[in-house]
Amino acid sequence: MTLLRRRRPARSEEEAAAEAVRFLDERLGVSPLLKATMRYIFPDHWTFLFGEIALYSFIVLVATGVYLTLFFEPSTAETTYAGSYAPLQGAAVSEAYNSTLRIVFDVPAGLLVRQAHHWAALIFMVAIVAHLMRVFFTGAFRKPRDANWLIGVTLAMLGLLEGFAGYSLADDLLSGMGLAIAYGVALSIPLVGGQLAVLVWDGNFPGGPDFISRLFITHVLIVPVVIAVLITLHLAIIMRQKHSQFPGPGRTERNVIGTPLWPAYTFRALGMMLATAAVLFLLGGLIQINPIWQYGPYQPDLGTNGAQPDWYMGWLIGALRLMPGFDVTIGDATIAGNPFFGGVLFPTVVFSVLYAWPAVERRLTRDHARHDLLDRPRDAPWRTALGAGFFTWIFVIFVAGAADRLLVDLGFPYEGQVWFFRILALVGPFLVFVFTLRICRELKASEARPLRRWEGTVVRREPDGRYVEVEASGNGAGREQQREGEPSGGHAGDG
Amino acid sequence: MKSRSPRGELLVAGALVASGLCAAAFVLLYAFESDNTQLLGLSLGLSLGFVTLAAVVTGKKVVDQSEAVEERPKLVDEELGREVAGEMVGGAEGVSRRGLLAGAAGVAGVGLGAAAIVPLASLGTGDVSETLKASPWRAGVRLVDENGTPISVDQLEVGSWLTAFAEGSDRRALGSSVAVVQIEEEEVRVRRAWAPRGIMAYSKICTHAGCAIALFRYPTYEPTSKPPALVCPCHYSTFDVRNGAEVEFGPAGRPLPQLPLRVDAQGYLVAAGALSGNIGPSWWGVRKS
Repeated sequence: MTLLRRRRPARSEEEAAAEAVRFLDERLGVSPLLKATMRYIFPDHWTFLFGEIALYSFIVLVATGVYLTLFFEPSTAETTYAGSYAPLQGAAVSEAYNSTLRIVFDVPAGLLVRQAHHWAALIFMVAIVAHLMRVFFTGAFRKPRDANWLIGVTLAMLGLLEGFAGYSLADDLLSGMGLAIAYGVALSIPLVGGQLAVLVWDGNFPGGPDFISRLFITHVLIVPVVIAVLITLHLAIIMRQKHSQFPGPGRTERNVIGTPLWPAYTFRALGMMLATAAVLFLLGGLIQINPIWQYGPYQPDLGTNGAQPDWYMGWLIGALRLMPGFDVTIGDATIAGNPFFGGVLFPTVVFSVLYAWPAVERRLTRDHARHDLLDRPRDAPWRTALGAGFFTWIFVIFVAGAADRLLVDLGFPYEGQVWFFRILALVGPFLVFVFTLRICRELKASEARPLRRWEGTVVRREPDGRYVEVEASGNGAGREQQREGEPSGGHAGDG
Repeated sequence: MKSRSPRGELLVAGALVASGLCAAAFVLLYAFESDNTQLLGLSLGLSLGFVTLAAVVTGKKVVDQSEAVEERPKLVDEELGREVAGEMVGGAEGVSRRGLLAGAAGVAGVGLGAAAIVPLASLGTGDVSETLKASPWRAGVRLVDENGTPISVDQLEVGSWLTAFAEGSDRRALGSSVAVVQIEEEEVRVRRAWAPRGIMAYSKICTHAGCAIALFRYPTYEPTSKPPALVCPCHYSTFDVRNGAEVEFGPAGRPLPQLPLRVDAQGYLVAAGALSGNIGPSWWGVRKS
């Protein structure tokens, strides 16, 4: 007892911390880095959280994904299901499907982890898209963040690929139908489609024995590692440039005002990460997703009505569905199959526009300056209107991907819907463009003259302490923008 | 030391304890009730939720809330940039035959690049037409169901359909499955000789993107109904079975290949020839007719 009770000589917290820092310093010399990191400033705005949610979803994805790989078997070898799900007992299934069912029904907490993984993938993509739009509409992609925009767009593309590869692995009916479409899209590419599809699938669809191994290693190693590297780069670049910020009192192009990382922001960020994880595990435990045991195992001759992919594939499904029915042919020869338009050309155009936008805008506006203060959407009416039109175009096509559900749930005839969405996809973006441009300009105008229709007097205090009453009318002084002039000539040369 | 938020501190402590209890509940559930996914998710989610509460209250109330200002780094230092560029070029000082060396490096680069890429050929090379056009159907092959039982004409009636495979083939092979439909004989408008009793067989793989044709639309009341058609559930390509599965609606660019049928002496359905076109989605090697 005496041993337990003996009190150590009193030592202050500061001394203990100093000792720990010294331990690290003697080996790594980290103090300067620690100091800079702890003082790193986060300007607060709720829209800055989308990117964080994507990051935290990715962490949950890695954690749950590692757990799933311990049980999943990437093989299409046939086996007989003998697990505890009675309706499928005795069915001939692939090892991939069999092991996924085992995770669902026979691995303790397996269903929870699998569903949390799937939900995390959906939310990962939601957060990425929301983040992308936030960055677009606030002009956060402008120099010096244009390089980071390219990384971000690449991450969006990789996230889509990763998600699709993931839900394709289970070899259930839905995943098989998705892969069939991917195969059709690959085949449709001019000149190389046939070679490419046979190469990737290790033969004709549904693919040789090597295909699922390739899909597996793509999903669990290649793409996640690239994503992790790019996320690291994405964050390192932000740290170097420091966060952008909205205009506000005291905020200029040259400073950044907000909460330091230590202590307050550390806890807030930790809270955001835990909140993301909490929501994902609650969803995983309480709300069913991708019930592959109900879909059944896949065979190339099987299909089902009303199949819907994960949401982030919806725009591609919609594009495939809206295309009028023709293959591109010269005489008798096929140049490109129909899925080329919706499955290859459409996403290529969308991602090309996204990649090119910072450079395009620089050219159009001749604005080569560095920008660390963000625009509100109304501050750049043209950009906002063009963006709104562009995203409307994608969104209409996305909704068209669910036209068969609209038929079942609301009763709109499918063929009429296809025509409706075709027209809407062409006309909608222009209407939204005009409408948004108008709104932005009016908001801007009303803001420049907030007292336009107002008359009265203003009481002002003079430097000597007197108060004077001044007549004022609606055309009085506009609010001064919080902008500061462009920073020094240092930036002039790098445009 | 005066506390910034005594109530906040209490709340944080309470939330942390609650989180620990929920986590303990998760462990117990895992040990004794691991089938109950809902309770597992609820306990884990609540546990994380309570730590979230603790972290947020700490970050927003308990610790120092003061904001700070930081100067942004100046990214461009004109002078230093020039200096670095100068040093880069200076590195080549005293090397005269730069062109030769650059050319030689190019040779090494191209060679190594080729050596790195060529093994990818192990993935598969050669003519893919054989692979992509492979089909088990030829004259005399019987139509069987998934258990290998031959299909007799009596199994069908007008308006019904079923899936059949080439006898002896791998069910998973893309060319194997056909959709067999029966309509009124007089409704068949083309290739009547291929459709005994109005029974027709079409490749089950959609010519748009390769999904399985899984829907058969058959009119139940002629005056208002649409004509009989096979429909793909992926993108709703609709193939008019009266007209050799010509595309009536949807994105497909070619009709479904048709399998000529005849009925053998025992009353079973037999292929009278090969499929009329390429199976599955279009690609550059597909000839339209």
